[in-house]
Formats: sequence, C-alpha cells, structure tokens
Amino acid sequence: MNAPLLEIEDLHASAGGEEILHGIDLVVRAGEVHAVMGPNGSGKSTLAGVLAGKPSIEVTRGKVSYFGRNLLDIAPEERAREGIFLAFQYPVEIPGVSNMYFLKTALNAGRRHRGQEELDAIDFLALVREKMKLMQIDEKMMNRSINEGFSGGEKKRNEVLQMAVLEPRLAILDETDSGLDIDALRIVSNGVNSLRSPDRSMIVITHYQRLLDYIVPDFVHVLASGRITKSGGKELALELEEKGYAWIDGGAGR
Amino acid sequence: MAGSTQTLENLANREYEWGFVTDIEADQAPPGLNEDIIHLISHKKGEPVWLLEWRLRAYRRWLEMPEPEWSMVQHPPIDYQRIVYYSAPKQRKKAESLDEVDPELLRTYEKLGISLLEQKRLAGVAVDAVFDSVSVATTFKHELEKYGIVFCSFSEAVQKHPDLVQRYLGSVVPYSDNKHACLNSAVFTDGSFVYVPKGVRCPMELSTYFRINAENTGQFERTLIIAEERSYVSYLEGCTAPKRDENQLHAAVVELVALDHAEIKYSTVQNWYPGDSEGRGGIYNFVTKRGKCLGKRSKISWTQVETGSAITWKYPSCILQGDDSIGEFYSVALTANRQQADTGTKMIHLGKRTRSTIVSKGISAGRGVNTYRGLVKIGPRADGARNYSQCDSLLLGNKCAAHTFPYLEVKNPTATVEHEATTSKIGEDQLFFCQQRGISPEDAVSMIVNGFCKQVLRELPMEFAVEAQKLLGLSLEGSVG
Repeated sequence: MNAPLLEIEDLHASAGGEEILHGIDLVVRAGEVHAVMGPNGSGKSTLAGVLAGKPSIEVTRGKVSYFGRNLLDIAPEERAREGIFLAFQYPVEIPGVSNMYFLKTALNAGRRHRGQEELDAIDFLALVREKMKLMQIDEKMMNRSINEGFSGGEKKRNEVLQMAVLEPRLAILDETDSGLDIDALRIVSNGVNSLRSPDRSMIVITHYQRLLDYIVPDFVHVLASGRITKSGGKELALELEEKGYAWIDGGAGR
Repeated sequence: MAGSTQTLENLANREYEWGFVTDIEADQAPPGLNEDIIHLISHKKGEPVWLLEWRLRAYRRWLEMPEPEWSMVQHPPIDYQRIVYYSAPKQRKKAESLDEVDPELLRTYEKLGISLLEQKRLAGVAVDAVFDSVSVATTFKHELEKYGIVFCSFSEAVQKHPDLVQRYLGSVVPYSDNKHACLNSAVFTDGSFVYVPKGVRCPMELSTYFRINAENTGQFERTLIIAEERSYVSYLEGCTAPKRDENQLHAAVVELVALDHAEIKYSTVQNWYPGDSEGRGGIYNFVTKRGKCLGKRSKISWTQVETGSAITWKYPSCILQGDDSIGEFYSVALTANRQQADTGTKMIHLGKRTRSTIVSKGISAGRGVNTYRGLVKIGPRADGARNYSQCDSLLLGNKCAAHTFPYLEVKNPTATVEHEATTSKIGEDQLFFCQQRGISPEDAVSMIVNGFCKQVLRELPMEFAVEAQKLLGLSLEGSVG
C-alpha cells in the first residue's frame, strides 16, 4: 500500500464561533480519489477550508499531516506551493487582473518554491494553451479579468484549468459540479480525469451522485453533521442516491 | 479571519527607501520670510526688476490671504518663519555640464535610480534635476536645441528667454490664486522651463527630478511649459525627500499653455517622504497645477501617481478655452499609515465642443484618508461640451477612509456630463483565493491594487509605469489596518 499523503485525525473545527466538524478521521494515499458526500450544512466545505488554510476557520482539536508534516502550521500560500489545490465552490472575481497574468504568477510562485526555474511568457503560453484546449477555454477568456463576468460554468472550467496548469499533489474539488449543465459537467470531468495519476490524490466534494458517474472515486465517505458516518467503495454513492441522505443521517440529530 | 486581517495590517507599515540625507554643503538663507529674503532670492538669481516686483506683489497679497480651509486635510498651522526659503548645494561655480557637478550630488541621484550620466548616453529621456532650491543639471540640452526646444532650469529661462517668461508667468495660475500659489510666486527659487516651437514633436520624454535635502527647507519650484501650435511634448516629474521628523513644505506651481493643435502630456510620480507610521514628519505637498488649452483643438493630459507626502493637496486642472480642446486627468492616489490626500481636478469648459475625461483611483490603507474633489464647470458658451468622470475607491482594512466630492456646474443646456463612482474593499476572500494559488498576501495586494489602477498606469510612459507599479507595491508593504 502507498504511504499516506494526507492523514486527518480527530479533526474538530469551528467557524464563526460554532463547531462544525466534530471529529473527522480520514487517510488519503497517493493516487486515490476520495469522494465526500453529504447534505447541505454537513461540513463539507469547512473540511475543504481547513485543508487549504482558510483564515476564518479555526481548528480546535485534532491533527492533519501532509507528507508527514503538520499541515496546520503551514501558511496557506505555502500549502499551495507544496501541492495542495482547492477548486473553489464560489471562485472570486478580481477586477483588473487578467486570468493569464494571475495564472503565470501562481505557477511561478510554486516553481520558485520548489527551486525550479520560472517559466517565461513564451513557455508559459505554450503550456497554458494546451490546457486551455482541454478545458475549452479561449484566449479571450484568458485575457479577461479573473472570473469577472464569467458564467457559473466558465468559472468552474477556469478552476480546473488552474488545477491543470498548477499540477497539484492533492486536489480538493469543492462542489465543482454545482451549477453545471450536462455539457459543462462533461468538460470539467474530462479535465479532472485527465489529471488522475498514481502520484496525485483527489478529494471530490459533492452533493450529487451524478458527478461520480464521470469521476469514478476509489472511496466514498458520507459526511453528516460534522462526522464521517459511513465509508465504502464507489457503490456507496449509488446506494445513497437511491435511499437519500436520511438513510445515513437518520439518527445523527439533524 | 484574524490571520488575514493581521496580514492586511502588516501590509501597510512599510519603510521609506529614499530617506537618506546627502552630506553636502549648502548656501542657505536664514529661516524666515520677509521682503529682505525675497530681495535676496531675486538678487541671487540676478533677476530683472519686473520679476522682483511681481514677487513682492505676491508676498504682500500672501500676507492678507487666509489658508484654504475647505479641504479634508488636517494639520497644525504652518510656521512660515521657521522655513528656509533658499538653499543651494555649494558649488564653486554654476555647472555648465555634468562633469562639473559635485560627484556627491550625482551619487544622490544614482541612489535614487536616476543616473544622470546614464541619461547622457541612453537616448530617451532628458532630465532636469532640482536639488533643494536649485536646478543642478539638465541633460540632453544640446540635442534638444537642434529642434529649437528649450528645456532648462527656470532661472536660466529668466536670463535667456525673459520675454517668454514674462508673457506666460502667472497667465494660468495668477499669483493671487490661492495662499500656497501666492507663497510660491513670492519665493520660488527654481524649477523647469520648457518651450516647444511651432510644429515640433519633442523626440524624447522630458523629465524633472525633484529632491528636498536640507533640513527645514521648503521647496518652491515653478514649472512653465509652453507648447506652440501643432507641437507635442511629454513631460514627467518625480520626487523624493529624506526622512525628517519635522514636516517640510513643498508648494509648487505648474503652468501649462497649449496653443492651436498642440498637445502636452504631463505625468507625475510623486513619492515625497510620507512620514512614519505614527504620522510624524513627512512632506506637505501643496501644489497648484493648471493647464490652459488656449488654442483650438489643443489637448492637455495630466497623469499622476501620488504615493508619498504626509499631506497631498493638489488639483491639476484644465482650462478648456480653445474650441474643440481636450482635457484629461488620470490619477492614482494612495494613502497608507496616517497619510492624507485631498486631490482631484477642475475641468473648466469655456470653448465649444470641449471634452474632458477624469479617471480617479483612490487607495486607502492603514489610517489613510483619501479624498477625491473634482469640479466640472461648463460655461454658457461651451455648446456641446462633454465630460466623463469616473471615481473609484479601494479600501484596505477598516481604519481608513475614502471620500468623493464631485462638483458640477453646468451653464449650457447642450452639455453632456457623466459621473460614475464605486467603492470596493480588498476582500479576505480575494486574498485567500490568491494565497490558495501560491501567491503571498503582499504580492496579492500589489496585484489587486495594480489591477485597480491599470486604467491610469497605462497612461504613463512605459518605463515610469513600471516604476509606478513597483512604488504602489512598496507603499503598501507591511501596511493596512
């Protein structure tokens, strides 16, 4: 078995003074895709936020280690440079900063951190063009300000494009399927699948089984009221779809 | 939440890089202001009698004038008797070429990134350097003379082109305009003078670099630019000063005159010492800048990036007198720590079909207070005049302030006036998004701020746009609260 890339132990976290995660345990190994499913308000995005280092979330108990290091001690930007990528549920807009420029800055920040040479404009363009094709994003969109005036689908495609360029070790996709029509869902899933590799792990957070028809997970976890109440293989997702969250969540006090 | 606010707090407490003092002997007048001092200045400069009389008229008027009190800026009363009104770096004789300039002075400019020697070799920008009260060197003079362009210190212009100076001095900003302009008219010591003859397109950027060095000195420079029919000139000024615990006064006057079909582009990157994080020291930058589009189809364009000074009080304006003339104002003003800025423009439409554009970007961080104040006035004769104004404010942190005061006076029913304004805050969500992509919070703020200012920065000549961008980043380093 591969060595664990991410280990979460008894994780408690709160936001706005209220505890949302009440003790999460999860181990992710290299190359694995884990789906985390659960009803609204179960703590899915909070879990994603903890891993990425969102400042408004406070970890009150537990441990998270990433390649054996205490992840909670590492600044958010360094986590990113070390290969943690969060595809946001609601990507922000940044007026006046072009998508292209932003992505180049991000890529080179990571490369500098890893002691690699920075890419110049020409090499960067060659790299990004290839990924743009994959995500069906055109140059015009790249030259626009980050997410400004983008449709919901465009924003999500843009997130996966960034992921494709930054090539993370651990990608966390927070409801990347929400708000997508079937065509966009297919593009996004293709993009994500093309990034699957034996040394890249993913945590796919979703509300619906639908996404998992396209991105087939190795493991499925059900999160309810801040705890993982059930874990299993990909068939668990189908079972959930059939029986609804109430089946899992029944006694959990919602 | 705490983490990110902390970052923002830290982001605004930067150090001032240009705060060194040059150890150079100066020829100084005693502090204080009276008619004797004005006689002394005029005498030192070997000025004609009419100019001395003009100075004295200005001085007498200044005595009676009240301080302008309508702006948002606050400061203790200025003790004009403590200021030194004349300070010149001591040199054996006036430098005719760079080789004769004190090497210590040249090193100062070197430190500031303005290598006068370099400028001599590389084509592109001609520089006039003003140190305390006097101009120390003008590069590229001979090159420019070939085109008939005059680019020299103001004192030299008084000697060599007295007719032009007499004709245009005070024609755009009368000495009685306001208290600060009045003081300048009485005691100005040097500055730059530009004359571009008919039909000439100035082949290079003209640039003046201002430096206040001596303690307790005020800098009162005067710039006059005259663009004859169908001529074009692009002019840039930059400024720095050493760190001092005391406030220093800088009251400059700039006058531009554009004749038929002429165009003047005037860019400023202002980085006077802003004072420390507690608001001690720093420059009072009280400046009157005004251009007159005297001729038809003439154009004057102001671009300013104001990152320095404890207090900035300036309103580069355009009097659109010629029919079909155009005025533009592009501004970025940044206030961090306890800096205050009350800045904007006046667009006075007198001629027919005159057009003006105002784009103002205010950035407030720390406990900075940033005010846009702009007047658009359309006179009764200005048929078909048009104005478009856009004023955007960006806030970093929650202890800063932004104000917008647009004034409109429209006396012609055929005029079109548009005004747009927005206020936004650099959100913690935006910062976190950038961090999550591996970008440090400092770089993220700098990127967002530069994005916010893009519309203005792209109006600057290329090399200065890069400098301005760096400056904006530096000015916000460790700052915001």
